[in-house]
Amino acid sequence: MSGHSTYEPKSNVSKWFDERLPVVRLMHDSFVAFPTPRNLNYLWTFGGILVFCLVAQLVTGIILAMHYVPNDQMAFNSVQHIKRDVNYGWLIQPMHAVGASMFFLAVYIHIFRGLYYGSYKAPREVLWILGVFILLAMMATGFLGYTLPWGQMSFWGATVITNLFSSLDGVIPGLGTAIVTWLWGGFSVGNATLNRFFSLHYLLPFVIFGLVILHVWALHVAGQNNPTGLEIKQPADAVPMYPYAVTKDVFGMFVFLIPFAYFVFFMPDWLGHADNYTPADPLVTPPHIVPEWYFLPFYAILRAIPSKLGGVIAMVSAIVILVFVPWLDTSRVRSCKYRPIFKWCFWAFAFTCLALGYLGAMPAEEPYITWARIFTFLYFAFFLLAMPIVGILETPSKLPRSIMESVLGKPGSTGGHMPAGASAAPEKR
Amino acid sequence: MKIISSLAAAAALAAAVLVVPVHAEEHHFEYERQKWTFGGFWGQYDKDQLQRGFQIYQQVCANCHGLSRVNFRNLVQKGGPEFPEASVKELAANWPNKPLAGPNDDGAIADKKGNLLTRPALLSDPILGPYRNDKEAKAAQNGALPPDLSVIAKARDVHNDGIWYVHFAKMGRDVFNGYQEGGPDYIFNLLTNYAEPPAGFKLGDGLNYNKAFPGNQIAMVPPLSADNVIKYADGKGTFEENAHDISAFLAWAADPALNERKAMGWQVMLYLLITCVLLYAGKKQVWNRIPH
Repeated sequence: MSGHSTYEPKSNVSKWFDERLPVVRLMHDSFVAFPTPRNLNYLWTFGGILVFCLVAQLVTGIILAMHYVPNDQMAFNSVQHIKRDVNYGWLIQPMHAVGASMFFLAVYIHIFRGLYYGSYKAPREVLWILGVFILLAMMATGFLGYTLPWGQMSFWGATVITNLFSSLDGVIPGLGTAIVTWLWGGFSVGNATLNRFFSLHYLLPFVIFGLVILHVWALHVAGQNNPTGLEIKQPADAVPMYPYAVTKDVFGMFVFLIPFAYFVFFMPDWLGHADNYTPADPLVTPPHIVPEWYFLPFYAILRAIPSKLGGVIAMVSAIVILVFVPWLDTSRVRSCKYRPIFKWCFWAFAFTCLALGYLGAMPAEEPYITWARIFTFLYFAFFLLAMPIVGILETPSKLPRSIMESVLGKPGSTGGHMPAGASAAPEKR
Repeated sequence: MKIISSLAAAAALAAAVLVVPVHAEEHHFEYERQKWTFGGFWGQYDKDQLQRGFQIYQQVCANCHGLSRVNFRNLVQKGGPEFPEASVKELAANWPNKPLAGPNDDGAIADKKGNLLTRPALLSDPILGPYRNDKEAKAAQNGALPPDLSVIAKARDVHNDGIWYVHFAKMGRDVFNGYQEGGPDYIFNLLTNYAEPPAGFKLGDGLNYNKAFPGNQIAMVPPLSADNVIKYADGKGTFEENAHDISAFLAWAADPALNERKAMGWQVMLYLLITCVLLYAGKKQVWNRIPH
């Protein structure tokens, strides 16, 4: 997208087309000749995996929408109808439900990779922030989608989460309740709520799709980060995306499909909750209301704060704080590979997220509440204390001079022994 | 209108307060996991067991519980009990809980005596329970609602107890074993754990003591008992077999595609594994061209 194009139309037809709409040229420059750092590890395959997840969710979701009925009397049975009577519905429904979990699994790995290798630092701030917006849109979509089967967890999950807005009553009396009534389309979660949730659940994935296009665009302007955190400085630092990065990405994606298929075919319900096979009943509250696993850390933060409004603010901040990460981190070194102290902060943060996930699944009682408070503090301490302070105090270890040096252990600027494919990388970007 | 909205606001607030999960009385019970033919990676239903299970459903459960998301035709389908079609047609035609036939051509929904118009069930009809609706069921059952059993085996589960590292270890074990039979395990334990209440336990009116049921007080009377074993066509059958067979049947009712899913599953896994090996070899070959 930047730099000169290496695309050469071969036939007269492609030449004619290229002069009128150079879309093939765009694809060639973005996904074939695009220079990728030669030292990318398998954590960099998750971008491609996430595109696959999004497309898989769209395809299975569109098919499900052909048979699903967004009506409070019929929704539960229509999902059963899909699984029992629709051709291969027993396959498509769990692909979509398990697919949501796999999407979040992949996106969390992708985010942690970005945090570890400092992928949020200049010039990738906009790229990172677009990613945070994608995460927010995914969370909204996941939440809306979980209400659609209209089981007990669907109904009560929707009730709990929409009710969070009523905490705004503490700011302006009546404001929160008014918003909640407006969201529900009535005075309780009901048919109107389900219907609009279905509509929004169908809309948001296309918003995500648009954001992903911007995300990929921003990536191709700034170029990919890599385990050293160094920029591509010379042709030998990069290899063309095809075939190098593509063969690696496709292999990574198929490896990812193994646990995906394992859950779809052998444990389709394991990631969900048994209570969601009981049809929604506004008069019976389930003993434990828990969200899907991918919301558990945020749910733990919500419940850790004694005040309701405070809990909501903490939960929202836990995600929104990611927007500010490019400016919270004061270190000039990107990759944790060369950050001896911050590396440990990162691992402590990863553990904190897992711990919060566990605590979110536990009942709101002692000792879990105290632990949730400790880990909530640690969660925010990572961003507000570790990132700014460690960046200033820490002495980074010695960085290699180039990506090529990190690969070969010596500067490889000659490029004389490079095969033809590798030197196809543009001279300067 | 104003009153309604302020009432609604109060209700919303009350709901917001109430729905914060309250950890009610702890219920500790070690659910004994059973061996199921349909468990694990290669598991498939045993159609003879499903047939025996259906017999239990018909003779015992159907007196109170419907199976309304299962149609009679499903009993013929592959991967299920696979009864002969002719016998299921006859079964449907004689099923005591008939589908409604009204309104008829005259617009009537009931006959002259006030009985609702009904017709014999066809293969395409659901397997109905004895009650027309939840209110009728509750009125007949001392206020308790016998739930529809079509997805009960998925709506129940056995939970993993234990401190956090035990919790994670058990989760790992379940994923590794492909454990998805919490529903039938729960049903089996429920059916076999009726007991006399311990001394000092105050049992509610019309309730029964059950060690496996959360709270220990269940409205359902013991459906199976060692004194009144259901005998199968071959004249055999024990209390435990009865409980096993009905649990397996309900597992099938909740997940009728399991046989096809698992059979396709291992083919998909095999395909993915082989493809991964090939893709890795291809990737290696490409990357061997350059130092990396």
